[in-house]
Amino acid sequence: MTTENLNAGFDLDDTTRAELERAGVIVSSVDSLYNWARGGSVWPLTFGLACCAIEMIASATSRFDISRFGSEVFRASPRQADLMIVSGTVTKKMAPQVVRIFNQMPEPKWVIAMGACAISGGPFKQGYNVLKGIDRYIPVDVYLPGCPPRPEAVLQSLNYLQEKIRTQDIKSDPAFTKGRRQYPVPRFTGTDLEPPYNPEVWQPPANPNAKPLEEATA
Amino acid sequence: MLADAAGEPYSAYLLLGMMILLAAGFACAPLVLSAILAPKKPGEIKESAFECGLESKGDPWVQFKVQYYLCALAFVIFDIEVVFIYPWAVAFTGLSFGAFLAMGVFIILLAESLIYLWIKGVLTWK
Repeated sequence: MTTENLNAGFDLDDTTRAELERAGVIVSSVDSLYNWARGGSVWPLTFGLACCAIEMIASATSRFDISRFGSEVFRASPRQADLMIVSGTVTKKMAPQVVRIFNQMPEPKWVIAMGACAISGGPFKQGYNVLKGIDRYIPVDVYLPGCPPRPEAVLQSLNYLQEKIRTQDIKSDPAFTKGRRQYPVPRFTGTDLEPPYNPEVWQPPANPNAKPLEEATA
Repeated sequence: MLADAAGEPYSAYLLLGMMILLAAGFACAPLVLSAILAPKKPGEIKESAFECGLESKGDPWVQFKVQYYLCALAFVIFDIEVVFIYPWAVAFTGLSFGAFLAMGVFIILLAESLIYLWIKGVLTWK
């Protein structure tokens, strides 16, 4: 039986669904069942880069208790992890390793860019040796701002991620289609990364202050 | 059905067999299900032997000298000697002559083995 057949006939509107739920009948599609199961058991990778990692560790302790959301199983191997929390400053020397580990995680996989550094380079943005956002090389699902963000914020970002997982469509999502996929690993040349970004996941933003070409040349 | 089975002489074995089947099924089901349901997206890096951010270099089948083994063995022997001698030395004034004699024999045995190792040339690193 294909997923198409299973999903057929479940296009109920929310009112009917709620009415059925009141009567003790839960109607669900394969997609929502898959997504419910996946969203409730997101296993993060045991992977910390800088001070944000301390807050990530704190979110797993009993005071904050990430296991309430099914993510207490921090895996030490990328082969068993679903979620990469890029927790901290990604230096240019470290970026190839981060991308390589991300490539070793099985699909479907998600990324939380934790803290100002992982999002944009943070306070080191003007520096010479810090990557200005990990989203230049791998697709980031949730941006978690803060310097560092508190464990509660880590949990909220996980909730946002679960919300995103709930909307995933198995038939159209590239993670579920057959074929090979690998994000190109940048090369550290000693001073910079080559290439500077992966154009498939990130493009430099247009400069609003840039003069039109004719005006600049005139 | 279970009540009928309980009357049979081998019912206990039947239940045990069912239990084994159920346990094996419970253990194997996640493996089989994940093999069927998991989306497969292979890649060159994903298929590499080691899960590491760094590329592996060189040959993992490295040969190393047997001398390491002898040195480690000698280390373990004298490590244990320290473990025994330390509490003995702390409680030395309160111990009987018998304890002193026993420890003396122990130390002589180890000293003898040290001399033997020395003569055999284990302590000289080639």
